[in-house]
Amino acid sequence: MAAPTILTRRLTKQYGETKVVNALDLRTSAGEIFGLLGPNGAGKTTTILMLLGMVEPTSGDIEVLGLDPARNPLAVKSRVGYLPDAVGFYPDLTGRENLRFTAELNRLSRTEANRRIDSLLVDVGLVDSGDQPVGVYSRGMKQRLGIADALIKRPEILILDEPTTAIDPEGVAEILGLISRLAKDEGVTILLASHLLHQVQAVCDRVAIFVKGRVVAQGAPHELATDSKGPEEVEISVGADEAAVRAALANQKFLRSLKPGRLPRSYLIEVDHGSTNKLVSSLVEAGLPLTSVRRLSEDLDEVYRRYFHAEEATSSV
Amino acid sequence: MSEATAPMHALALADEGVGHGWRVVARKEFADHLRSIRFLVLAAILAIVTAATVVAAAGGIRSVASQAMGVPGIFLRLLTIESPPVPFPFIFVLMNFLGPFLGIAFGFDAISSEKSAGTLPRLLAQPIHRDEVIIGKFVAGLSIIGMMLIATTIFITGLGMFRLGLSPTPGEIGRLVVWVIVAIIYVGFWLALSILLSTRAGVATSILASLGLWLVLIFFGSFIFSGAANLVAPADDLVAVAKAEILLSRISPAVLFSEASTVLLDPTQRTVDLVTVEQADRAILSNLTLTQSLSVVWPQVVGLVAISTVLFGLAFVSFMRQEIRA
Repeated sequence: MAAPTILTRRLTKQYGETKVVNALDLRTSAGEIFGLLGPNGAGKTTTILMLLGMVEPTSGDIEVLGLDPARNPLAVKSRVGYLPDAVGFYPDLTGRENLRFTAELNRLSRTEANRRIDSLLVDVGLVDSGDQPVGVYSRGMKQRLGIADALIKRPEILILDEPTTAIDPEGVAEILGLISRLAKDEGVTILLASHLLHQVQAVCDRVAIFVKGRVVAQGAPHELATDSKGPEEVEISVGADEAAVRAALANQKFLRSLKPGRLPRSYLIEVDHGSTNKLVSSLVEAGLPLTSVRRLSEDLDEVYRRYFHAEEATSSV
Repeated sequence: MSEATAPMHALALADEGVGHGWRVVARKEFADHLRSIRFLVLAAILAIVTAATVVAAAGGIRSVASQAMGVPGIFLRLLTIESPPVPFPFIFVLMNFLGPFLGIAFGFDAISSEKSAGTLPRLLAQPIHRDEVIIGKFVAGLSIIGMMLIATTIFITGLGMFRLGLSPTPGEIGRLVVWVIVAIIYVGFWLALSILLSTRAGVATSILASLGLWLVLIFFGSFIFSGAANLVAPADDLVAVAKAEILLSRISPAVLFSEASTVLLDPTQRTVDLVTVEQADRAILSNLTLTQSLSVVWPQVVGLVAISTVLFGLAFVSFMRQEIRA
């Protein structure tokens, strides 16, 4: 295995009595997209600030590209790009001028900076707005400019804190596409912190689910999602009423439960492990017009909710 | 970047060290100031107030032209005398109003605006030391203030030549140069004060607090100092009380600036301390050289530098010790 790009060992940050980050072990390698997923206040931002040497850990070790960010903050920061949550820019300067300032701080020459800015504005879809003052940008546009800003130094690690909030669905797809390309083509390590699980799970190679400062699950999204031998939960939408659906499934042994779903004419059905296909075929054979089938247990959202609830249950005891 | 080149990269950075970042920050801040409406407004106010005060003073000098001829440092009186309809001399206006305003205007949002705009986490994630941010901002503010004060002094000189028909002598020019440096340090005090407040308070709070301190120091300072003097000195000894008051009032940078200006701009001023009739009686009148004047007010100048430096140091520490979060 290649040398890790980010490595933390029992990383802990404590404010007073509260452990905001508790004994965190992370390891990423070059070209990997790592998702740090969890609700607001889980300690994601604190973890990121510690990786950048902007917050000092209470205990534990960090290595970023083999360097200790607390001792070598400048060396780390010159090789790590960071998009903060709710990123801000100088409103009176244009997008281009804002980027040029960052480029200067990173010691890029003027020609190099201009070339880089031109190509990044294309990548993030801001070619037409580059010369407008950032004061007139929408939040989504600022977010895109923030990604360009983080990339200007050609980082080896790119840390994105909530990169998809405030961006429209089409924009999210573009941004995630850009992120995947960076990882695959240029070998950039990407650490993506988000609470929007289903948006980011598609691009992440591995995720860590982070609740109240602790990682409750870590691994590839599909590994986390398929829970060994448990029942499968499926949400179906079908052009028929509940009685018709019950009739169609009347003699099927794999059926565990059936109840109305969140939308009209949608149903939550629990079946035995590996029986989703049988469920669908029996519905089709009964001639019911299926409009959608969604396997809930494969959705990271559900996984996350499960862990989150488990954590809450233990902490309330 | 490959693993092999990584240490080189780190080394190169360590070699260049501090010095790059603050210049980039200062350059950007200076350009921002120059382009701002704030700068235009302040420049306009400065020009109008200066012109009104100095033209009035010139009129006053002309009306007593016959006695004024041959008075040492007559040209500098443009800054130090008042004449109707303007009730204050220029140095008084600068000390009480323009100076504090300039300093506060270029400092009150130095850090707080970065926080409210959300630019601080992004800025601090770049390869610069945190102290370079606040140093860059202070340098930019002081540069623009220096530029404005030097321009104002040149403007006064031009107005004086036009209204008085006199050119300043080389000696007078020398005094103006030294004086403007002291004035820049004085305004630097207000700049450091407002930057200090901006590290902790929001934009609105820091401007309110700066103006509040200005009000207390400028308008109520003398009451506070005379009250304190009555407490520390025996009440029946008027000279002792007056001396104590002068001594205590030198905590105030405004007082230090006022004393330094009075001596630097008037070669006949020999002291800033209390002079009794007995002491003045047989004194031989002679003019001081610039070096002599400077040595009279050297403690004031050093005091101004010290107070401004301490305040900037506090701002620096306050900024370095806080945790910046997104």
